[in-house]
Amino acid sequence: MLSNVDLMTFLFGKLTWEVIPLHEPILVVTFAVVALGGAAMVGALTYFRVWGYLWNEWFTSIDHKKIGIMYIAFALVMLLRGFADALMMRLQQAIAFNGSEGYLPPHHYDQIFTAHGVIMIFFVAMPFVTGLMNFVVPLQIGARDVSFPFLNNFSFWMTVAGGVVVMLSLFIGEFAKTGWLAYPPLSGIAYSPDVGVDYYIWGLQIAGIGTLLSGINLIATILKMRAPGMSMMKMPIFTWTAFCTNVLIVAAFPVLTAVLAMLALDRYADMHFFTSEAGGNPMMYVNLIWIWGHPEVYILILPAFGVFSEVVATFSAKRLFGYTSMVYATVVITILSYIVWLHHFFTMGSGASVNAFFGITTMIISIPTGAKIFNWLFTMYHGRIRYEVPMLWTIGFMVTFVIGGMTGVLLAVPPADFVLHNSLFLVAHFHNVIIGGVVFGVFAGITFWFPKAFGFQLDPFWGKMSFWFWLVGFYFAFMPLYVLGLMGVTRRMNQFDDNSLQIWFVLAAFGAFLILIGILSFLIQIVVSIRNREALRDITGDPWNGRTLEWSTSSPPPAYNFAFTPVVHDHDSWWFMKKHGYVRPEEGFIPIHMPKNTSTGVILGGLSIVFGFAIVWHIWWMVIGALIAMLGVTIAHTFNYKRDFYIPAADVARVESERTALLSAEI
Amino acid sequence: MRTPLDIIAKSGILAALPVLLSSCNLVVMAPSGDIAVQQRDLIVISTILMLLIVVPVIFLILFFAWRYRQSNTDAKYEPEWSHSTRLEVIIWAAPLTIIVALGAITWISTHLLDPYRPLSRISATEKLAENAKPLTVEVVALDWKWLFFYPELGIATVNQLAAPVNVPINFKLTASSVMNSFYVPALAGQIYAMPGMETKLHAVINHPGEYEGFSANYSGAGFSNMRFSFRGMEQGDFDAWVQTVKAGGENLSREAYLDLAKPSEREPARLYASADPELYNAILNMCADKSTMCMSDMAMIDAGLICRAPPGTLSPVAALAPRQMPAAARQSEPRAPGLSL
Amino acid sequence: MSDTALDHTLVRDGKPIFHLTTEHHPESGTLVGFWIYLMSDCLIFAMLFATYAVLGQSYAGGPNPKELFDLPLVAVNTAMLLFSSITYGFAMLQMDKGKKNAVIGWLALTGLFGLAFLGIELYEFSHLIHEGAGPSRSAFLSAFFTLVGTHGLHVTTGIIWMATLMVQVSRHGLIPENRRRLMCLSMFWHFLDVIWIGVFSVVYLMGVL
Repeated sequence: MLSNVDLMTFLFGKLTWEVIPLHEPILVVTFAVVALGGAAMVGALTYFRVWGYLWNEWFTSIDHKKIGIMYIAFALVMLLRGFADALMMRLQQAIAFNGSEGYLPPHHYDQIFTAHGVIMIFFVAMPFVTGLMNFVVPLQIGARDVSFPFLNNFSFWMTVAGGVVVMLSLFIGEFAKTGWLAYPPLSGIAYSPDVGVDYYIWGLQIAGIGTLLSGINLIATILKMRAPGMSMMKMPIFTWTAFCTNVLIVAAFPVLTAVLAMLALDRYADMHFFTSEAGGNPMMYVNLIWIWGHPEVYILILPAFGVFSEVVATFSAKRLFGYTSMVYATVVITILSYIVWLHHFFTMGSGASVNAFFGITTMIISIPTGAKIFNWLFTMYHGRIRYEVPMLWTIGFMVTFVIGGMTGVLLAVPPADFVLHNSLFLVAHFHNVIIGGVVFGVFAGITFWFPKAFGFQLDPFWGKMSFWFWLVGFYFAFMPLYVLGLMGVTRRMNQFDDNSLQIWFVLAAFGAFLILIGILSFLIQIVVSIRNREALRDITGDPWNGRTLEWSTSSPPPAYNFAFTPVVHDHDSWWFMKKHGYVRPEEGFIPIHMPKNTSTGVILGGLSIVFGFAIVWHIWWMVIGALIAMLGVTIAHTFNYKRDFYIPAADVARVESERTALLSAEI
Repeated sequence: MRTPLDIIAKSGILAALPVLLSSCNLVVMAPSGDIAVQQRDLIVISTILMLLIVVPVIFLILFFAWRYRQSNTDAKYEPEWSHSTRLEVIIWAAPLTIIVALGAITWISTHLLDPYRPLSRISATEKLAENAKPLTVEVVALDWKWLFFYPELGIATVNQLAAPVNVPINFKLTASSVMNSFYVPALAGQIYAMPGMETKLHAVINHPGEYEGFSANYSGAGFSNMRFSFRGMEQGDFDAWVQTVKAGGENLSREAYLDLAKPSEREPARLYASADPELYNAILNMCADKSTMCMSDMAMIDAGLICRAPPGTLSPVAALAPRQMPAAARQSEPRAPGLSL
Repeated sequence: MSDTALDHTLVRDGKPIFHLTTEHHPESGTLVGFWIYLMSDCLIFAMLFATYAVLGQSYAGGPNPKELFDLPLVAVNTAMLLFSSITYGFAMLQMDKGKKNAVIGWLALTGLFGLAFLGIELYEFSHLIHEGAGPSRSAFLSAFFTLVGTHGLHVTTGIIWMATLMVQVSRHGLIPENRRRLMCLSMFWHFLDVIWIGVFSVVYLMGVL
């Protein structure tokens, strides 16, 4: 007979009442706020009866536009969590002097810096760029959707599921205290026996499945679904960068899957991949994780480069300079990003020739990257630049990213890295390029394509506020960190002995506060824009005098994107169409083949959360049950052969004639 | 030996820097050890090389952004101009040239400043004497303090490292549990200290003084207080210091080490007059605890050079990893309550 | 490069055609997409092979391949898998001829060979664990079990997929959708065969010779 203890362990795994952090006031308050806020939101949604609408129009949608918007909405929510972590860290580091230990115990602080990195990379930056690519690429290539619309929906929900698993660690148990890449032996079961690293592993594995499938999806889409006449060298430049990004995703994420699986086997099955005994080799983990990790940062930056290319050309009212060399530069960056990974651990003791090789390859990447900057510069040259908000973000990016790139090349010199590795100089460098590059690019992209997605522009005043506070805030927050790095200060410290450092940390905290205002301005911008949407309405579908195909559709585009598949003659196809007397067809519409919505993605995402939670807490019956359920749902889904339908020609005609009426009223 | 770095350094460009920067205590820019000085010079030179491109580029970005604004109708507008072979050549060639120069500097300096390479000079002005005898220091990164063995002198210390000025120091480093990074910014670049592995660092301190040392790789709860002091001393003072250590009388035996290796934070400095001569090697081979098989023996068995012990005698896996603690006692207490660093 | 020469096929009466007027069916991306997925899977195996290469001689003073691997048994195992690839090939030939029942029959035979492969592999694993050479004994054994075990998990998934497809073909016949699925499974199954050749050579043969 099972004793009570055995039954409890069987039923609940490692869960006990102690894992709920009632003794940590910050978490209790956070939980209260989240619970109340969540309840208020759920209450409001119920009161306004929008659950049906949300389920039918959004959650089960396989429309790439809706999925793209949902990715970005998810990323925004996670940005608030990741930035809260940043504020907490800045505050702690600003006050932990003069013998004070600050307000965050090390146990808590160490989770915060780990969570900050994990959330910002995996659940903010990745969904932001994935969302932009999802929304824009099919429109830019003249397609109706991606190659695998259901898989697209599934990928989104897996990303959300991974994020939910990580968020659960805030209130049940704890998160990893290892840094965002969880090096063993520290992340092994011996030195991190608690569930934190398990939350890390499974949150990322679940999200990683979504990302990998999304990569496959977009590659197939770009290869197979381009409109007739659009050869590869006539694709919009954003589509090119999206293509290279997704190649990187497919060629990098499997490495992450493999290495996290091995770490999990070490932790769960007492294996010895990365232990320091029984033959394991922790350095193998460092190599594998960075073989993934370096391409990952290029996955983040390439779409941003694509955004800037589109924005500079559009707002300079001029063709992008050097399209061909931009394409080659992007491809070269993609390939080179695979042979630089060791620059993340020059200090681990590789021989001089190995270190020098990787240092030099790292520097070589700066050549095509520099070529891009020059090409944007010469697009502006002899242009007529309009300083709409996306262009502001772009100028801010160009200056900021150049500085960040410079410090990167500096760090690429191994002996220089020996004194700067893991210092605040390094932290300043990567925030310099990620904020100056990825974040600015995402905000430029969101502002640029927002009217296309929603039918009205974002309020320019609050957009400028957001931009200026982000820009100035960034410099206040991170330039002091360069100085601190040169003062020999290392990263991930939760208290300091040397009081002369404090002024720099206070400046950095002030910068973080400015960025907070920037983020709040962005949120206010959304609210204000919704309220003033009639004044900001985009009627023509082409508010910026755009150059690529997405601007030929209405804002927002109809579900089917294009009533007739476009035929392409040149890159900047929409510009070409405008110059060559394009007239919108107003008749002759035909039925359009479209995929149906599906709930399978949501269900599988939910089951993944159950699986993730169960395996973290060693609740084996739930693990097996969730896996069997996921298998069952997947197989059942494949038995459904009727996954598409036709939009009748009459419906297409109606939508198109509504647009015709709108356009002629505008005139 | 005059490296290209020396030539530039002697031209005086760099002389102004320590004055400017010393007010900020930018130790990386004003270090006291020759290796760190060469690394500093490298940072400065690389930065200057890159600024050659970066400054004009930033200027052009801001200048073009202003000049080609829509309201400036005086500026030429060429909406279709998007290609110029001449410009492309410059765009690719200029950064390429800088990178070729930087690449050459990188190749040379990475070899010259390889932490595993024995020193070839004491400072820019002092050569290495042919009969110079380096000081060997064996470093073990523990949770969360630093243990230093001086095998030639027979002593050991915790959280206090001393060395004579202008004498090459040969460090051999390992860790007991997780990855750390040994870093004294004033002395030289950092090098990881990893369990079951040995890394090396060659450095020299040129000026007497007390300098900060710490771990530059996050290693757990006590990481923020994993500091030690590094003292550069004139030879006479160093010999006196060694005598002070020897007078203390404490012995670092295996048992004392196993006790020391238990997790603790903010350890005060400890001085050991003597240390088990095989202890460092045992730590490196993960068998300080005698019930665990040494990695070196394991390797010999694997290579077929020695026979396996009968089953049940030696476990290849440590019974309980040194840091495994019950959940309730996760926070470690200071080892000697009441004493402060 | 202001006005590119217009492609003559995209021009009517000297004016460029801007859109199609009939239904446009873009090429199906299923096979390309599945192939790309397979390459990503190949990368996972590549990482496991790389790990095996690095850790494969770390026996931790414990058993090594020469003592552990039973080559005759592995040869039988390999034969099972190779035969299963042949039978799948026959299934595809029958699919081309439109012979639904023959397809299902050959798939069943493939599945049986696959199950035989798995059975032998599980026997081998349990034998090793019983002898004290389980995956937690040393890094070499961790890498071995994971590499071979991951392959086995893929074979298991393939068999489940195969059973599902057998039911679907039986119900709906060799419609285009099912043909696409059979082609994807075909790629998957032969891919696993290729990986096994790698495992057989790198792990078993090189371990023992």
